[in-house]
Amino acid sequence: MANMAQAIRMALHYGESEMGVKDIFGQDVGAPLGGVFTATQGLKNAWNTPLDERGIIGVAMGIAMAGDRCVAEIQFCDYIFNTIDLLKIAGNTLWCTNGQIQLPMVVMTPVGAGIRGSVYHSHSVDSWASRLAGWKVVMPSNPLDAYGLLLSAIEDPNPVLYLKPKALMRVRGEDLIPGEPESEKDLKAMIDAPIGDRSKWKARWPELSKYQVPIGQGKITREGDRMTVVSYGRHLLLCNEVADKLREEGIAVEVIDLRSIYPYDWQMISASVRKTGRVLFVNEDTEVTNFAEHLAYRTTQELFYELMAKPRVLAGKHLPGIGLHASLEDASVPQKHEIEQQIRECLAEVP
Amino acid sequence: MATKSTATSAGSSRGSKRPLKAPAKAAAPSKKAAPSTKIFSGLPKELLLQMHDLMVKSRVLEERLIKIYRAGESYFWIGGPGEEAWGVPLGLLGKKGQGLQHDWWHLHYRCTPTLIALGMEMIDSIRLMMNKVTDPSTGGRNFSNHYCFPQWNVAPVTSPIEVQYPIACGTAHAQKRVKGGGISIVSGGDAGTAEGDFASCLIWSSRQGQELPVLITVQNNRWGISTSYHGQHGESQIADRAKAFGIRSIVVNGNDPVESYLKIQEQMDYIRKTGKPAFIESMVSRLYGHSSASGANRVEGEVDALMDFEKKLLKSGVLKEAAAKEIWAKYEAEGIAAAEQARGEGVPTAESVWDNVYVGSENADWRKF
Repeated sequence: MANMAQAIRMALHYGESEMGVKDIFGQDVGAPLGGVFTATQGLKNAWNTPLDERGIIGVAMGIAMAGDRCVAEIQFCDYIFNTIDLLKIAGNTLWCTNGQIQLPMVVMTPVGAGIRGSVYHSHSVDSWASRLAGWKVVMPSNPLDAYGLLLSAIEDPNPVLYLKPKALMRVRGEDLIPGEPESEKDLKAMIDAPIGDRSKWKARWPELSKYQVPIGQGKITREGDRMTVVSYGRHLLLCNEVADKLREEGIAVEVIDLRSIYPYDWQMISASVRKTGRVLFVNEDTEVTNFAEHLAYRTTQELFYELMAKPRVLAGKHLPGIGLHASLEDASVPQKHEIEQQIRECLAEVP
Repeated sequence: MATKSTATSAGSSRGSKRPLKAPAKAAAPSKKAAPSTKIFSGLPKELLLQMHDLMVKSRVLEERLIKIYRAGESYFWIGGPGEEAWGVPLGLLGKKGQGLQHDWWHLHYRCTPTLIALGMEMIDSIRLMMNKVTDPSTGGRNFSNHYCFPQWNVAPVTSPIEVQYPIACGTAHAQKRVKGGGISIVSGGDAGTAEGDFASCLIWSSRQGQELPVLITVQNNRWGISTSYHGQHGESQIADRAKAFGIRSIVVNGNDPVESYLKIQEQMDYIRKTGKPAFIESMVSRLYGHSSASGANRVEGEVDALMDFEKKLLKSGVLKEAAAKEIWAKYEAEGIAAAEQARGEGVPTAESVWDNVYVGSENADWRKF
C-alpha cells in the first residue's frame, strides 16, 4: 500500500497528466528534493521558488486568475501565517468581483505535531483556515482519501486549502489507490527517487485512475450507538484506536472522519448525534476559538434536546508554541489517553 | 499640505479654486504659428488630441465622483486626478483584450485614466461609486475605482495595493508559457513599495533564465496618505531598487504625457522582445489628496499635468480654444447624465450577500449545510 506522501505524489501526477495542472511549485518542491516529505518527487511540472511565502501565494493567484490550474505548497503551515491577507484576498476575489474572477488554485501545506518538530514545525492552521471565507479546506487521514481529496481540490473551481497531516506522511493505508501496484516494493521502485544522484532519474508512473472524495463529505470510520467522536487528520487515527479499545469492553463509539473542514458534513454529524446523544470533537489546533467550538455550539443550538451529555471539545492547549521535548509536545496537543478519558467522562454523565 | 515639484516635474501648477468644470480661460495660440508637433517629440497630432481628450474625460469623471461623494450619494471616494498624463498613455499602449495573448492589468485605485484609455464608460465608474447593482466591476460591493474588467484582463483592484505585485508575476508566468506577446502591467504607489510584496515582484520577475514579462510601475506622488515620501525612503529613486536586480529601469516625468508615452512604449517594446521585466518610476501629482477621508479638496502647489498639456496644445495650434471648451463641456454633460441615470438604478439586495462566495453560488452558508 502507498503511504500518504506517495498517494499525494500520484494524485499530483494524475493532476498534471490528466487534469491540466501546469504548475506545482513551492520551496524545495522541484528537483532534486521533490518536497521535504517527498510528495512532489518526479513530477514534470514541479519547480522550485524563492523562499517567499507571499510570493508563492501571489503567483498562484495570478496563475489561477490567468486561467491555468496550479498547486502551490507552503513548506510548513507554520510559515503560512505571513500570507493570511493574501489568502483572504484569494477567498474574496470571486465575491468582490460579483462572480467574474475565479481562482481555481490549490494550496497544500503540512500541518500538526507528532514528529517532534518544535515551535516552527508543529503548528496547526485548520481553525484559522475555517475563517477564510471563500476557501474550501480539506484534510485527509489516509492515503486513499489523500488521493481522492486532492483530485477533488484540483477540479474545484474555487481556492482549496489542502492540509497534510505531516505525522501521517509515511503511514500506509488499507486500500489501494486505483492503478497502484499491489507490491509496496514495486511502487517504491517506480516512483520513489533514489538516494544520491537523481539527475538522470525519472519516475515510472503506474496507470492511475480518477478517484475522488467529494469535498464536504465525511466518512464514518467506526460505527457505534453510544457516543459520537468527530475528528480529522492525525487525530482521526487516535480516535479510531480508542474506539477499537472501547469496543472490546462492549462500548460502541461512532467515529466520523470529517475530511472537509469547510464546507463540513453537518448532516452526518447531526444524524450520528441524534442517534448517540453524546459527542466529542477532537483536533490539535489551539483551543480558544477552535473550529470544534463552532461545531459544539451548533450541536447545542440545533440538537440540545437530543443530548444526553454536554458536547465536549478536546483541542491543543492555548500556548504560544509546541515545545520540542516529548513531555512538552505531549502536554500541548491531545493524546490518546485524553481522548479515552473524555469519552469515558461523557459516557458517565447522567442527564 | 507642503508640496514641491520633483526634479523631473515640468510645467506650472494650478490653484485649488479651479472650478470642477470646463476651464474658463486657456492660453491662446499664437495666430502666426502653424500647428506644429515638434515640441511633442513628433507624436502625431491625432494621438496628441486623443490623449488630451481622454485626459479631460478622466479628470471630469474623477471630479464628478468627488461631487457625488459631497452630495452624500456615496460613502467614500478615492481616485487618481492628476495622474492623467501617465495613465492615459499607459492605457493606450497596452495590448487590449481578454486571454493570455493580451496584456494583463494589475492596477490600483488611482488608475481611472488608464481605464478611460482602455474604453471604460463614465457611467460604469459612477455605478461603482454609487454602489449600484449595475456596477460591472463589483456589483456594489467595493469602493470607488476598485475596477475589474475581465474582458480587458483588468484584474480586480484591491485596497491593499502592493499585493498586485506578486499576483502580476503569476499572470506573467502564464503569459510567458504561451509566448503570445502578452505582458503583465502592475502599478502601485511609492508608499506601498515598503511592503515585501514589492520586493517579491523584483525577485520573482528577474530570476536568471526565468525572467518574466512584467512592466513594473510605481506612481510616485511623494505621499502615503499623510506621510511624506521624504523621511520614509533612503533611496534616491525607487527605480534604483530595480537596477539591483538587473531590471531595466527608468524614471519618467509622469506629468508629461509625451514623455510618458514614449518611455512606456520603449519599455513595453523591450519586454515584448526579450520576455524580461522592465521598471518605470513615474513622478506624478496628487491633486485632491489621498481620498475623501482627507477632504478630497484641491491641493495647492501640485503640477496640473492636464492643464499644462492643454496650454501647450493651444500654444502650438494643435488644439483650438473652442475645441478645448467643447471637449470639457461634452464630458461635463456626459458625467451629469451618467450620474442621473445611475441614480435611478437598483442596489444590491440583502439576500445577494451569499451570491458568489463560491463559483456558481454554491452554498457557503453553514446554516444550510
